Amino acid sequence: MNSAGAALTIISLTVAIGSLVGFLARYHHKMDLEQWTVGGRGFGLVLVWLLMAGEIYTTYTFLGASGWAYSRGGPVLYILGYGPLMYVVSFFILPPVWELGRRHKLQTQADFFQVRYDSTVLAAFVALVGVVCLIPYLEIQLTGLGLIAEVASFGAIQRTPAMIIAFALVAAFVFVSGVRGVAWVSVIKDLLLVFAAIFVGFAIPHIYFGGIGPMFAALVRAKPNHLTMPGPTQDLGHTWYLTTVLLAGLGFYMWPHFFAASYTAQSGKVLRRNAVIMPLYGLTVPLMLFVGFSAVLVLPGLSNGDLSLLAMVRKTFPAWFLGIIGGAGALTAMVTAAIQLLTGATLYAKNLFRPLLAPGMSDEEVARVARIMVLVLSSGAVLLAIYSSLSLVSLWLLGSAGVAQFFPGVVLGLFSRRVTTSGVFAGMAVGISVALFLMLTHRDPYHGLNAGIIALCFNFFTAGVVTVLTPRPVVRFHDTIPAFAASQPEDQASPEAL
Amino acid sequence: MKRPSLGAILLGLIPFTASCFSVALWDRVYPMVLGLPFNLFWLILWLLLTPLCLWGAYRLEEPADRDPRSQQGGAR
Repeated sequence: MNSAGAALTIISLTVAIGSLVGFLARYHHKMDLEQWTVGGRGFGLVLVWLLMAGEIYTTYTFLGASGWAYSRGGPVLYILGYGPLMYVVSFFILPPVWELGRRHKLQTQADFFQVRYDSTVLAAFVALVGVVCLIPYLEIQLTGLGLIAEVASFGAIQRTPAMIIAFALVAAFVFVSGVRGVAWVSVIKDLLLVFAAIFVGFAIPHIYFGGIGPMFAALVRAKPNHLTMPGPTQDLGHTWYLTTVLLAGLGFYMWPHFFAASYTAQSGKVLRRNAVIMPLYGLTVPLMLFVGFSAVLVLPGLSNGDLSLLAMVRKTFPAWFLGIIGGAGALTAMVTAAIQLLTGATLYAKNLFRPLLAPGMSDEEVARVARIMVLVLSSGAVLLAIYSSLSLVSLWLLGSAGVAQFFPGVVLGLFSRRVTTSGVFAGMAVGISVALFLMLTHRDPYHGLNAGIIALCFNFFTAGVVTVLTPRPVVRFHDTIPAFAASQPEDQASPEAL
Repeated sequence: MKRPSLGAILLGLIPFTASCFSVALWDRVYPMVLGLPFNLFWLILWLLLTPLCLWGAYRLEEPADRDPRSQQGGAR
């Protein structure tokens, strides 16, 4: 068997085992809408960790971190910078989000807005923005899958058929087993990814330079500016780092699929403890960076930085090992894509289709529409990934700046009694317009500032002004939302007194 | 669900200050620590220290399982 054959066999085996686990995960669980979308709200610490890690450490971390280390140098540190900060944010906002979700049986991010702000139109708007922002994210996973298949087959397999096969599998296991399938496939993928990262991250600098220290010493000698900001780029300096890390840290859990993943937990406490330990999982990221930095000296002149990890592995190790790395990468892309499909489809069926077109639908019918949407969205994403090529990264940036505009609505909704529906709606609309304008006119970064953070400032400001101008809302919540908790006598006792 | 305590919020602000706002202070190559450029070392250090801050915040927020609802999901 030639080396391409060996690598591809192992990738296919990994993907096959992963998919099998995804299909088997539905055993003993009746797949109604509740089980399919939020796993019956019964996930403990380990499954929530695996689900969240599986969703968060995507192809973008795996191939993109080494890619940016290779092509952009110092600015890649933003990935390490925002990682822990998003868990700090999740520590404070996810438990009350979970609490409200449990009380009102919420399944999607738009449901949160529906219940908190009592507005179907606002919820539908959030759902629409969420689905639109998810599509470029979905495309990134597909493109990652395509890159892996191409490199691992030494060019023998075209990107397109590889993407179609992998995506058909993803759609099938989401269709059958929902979020539980995704969590269990994450188990396999995480084991492989951690193993791959540790091994490759230490081995590659050791083989070419005799260790990580000597590798950095050689890199500093050859390219003294590569390791600090702005590195080889011109506009990614300290202001950019600060604003981008802030936006990513605050906005990360605003992605509809991360937000909705919090509903799978069996208690708010699980989410808190998860936030405490999750930053440790980020220790695999520096290992990916070591590979990208090594590639700067070992493989100069790659056309696409995102290829640096796979190209280094292919150059250094036997083909079967490239197969393992490729398999881990492929499963990573599939897990992420699966949860994004699941979220997008549920958002569409539950918060757009039902309230606007078919108000009388039962939950079973919503589940059916959502499953059909899984197939529609996956075919759509495949078509987009095949026919649109260049601006993936800019689309992704647009997506994350877009979802970050939910942040004021969520935070004010949890911690302010005064905020009004019109305030949040107006702020969100202004924020999204500003983000769109700056990005579509290529003004990101704008005077060194991340465009999304500028939009977020406009968003908060508008929400504040409109809230002050609109009448005080009628209080309807009691102890589920922190802003209303002070009225509860039991909560007035200080923790120290107990 | 109660509001987070001031102590927990302050503990949460520490990682933000250390790995975001103070970037101009630590974004340099020297001194290299454990063979790593200083900026990379600093951020890896905060991957380890952030859980400590959040653990402190956790102790403040969930003192002694006094809410019976949160026990069913269960620590022990």
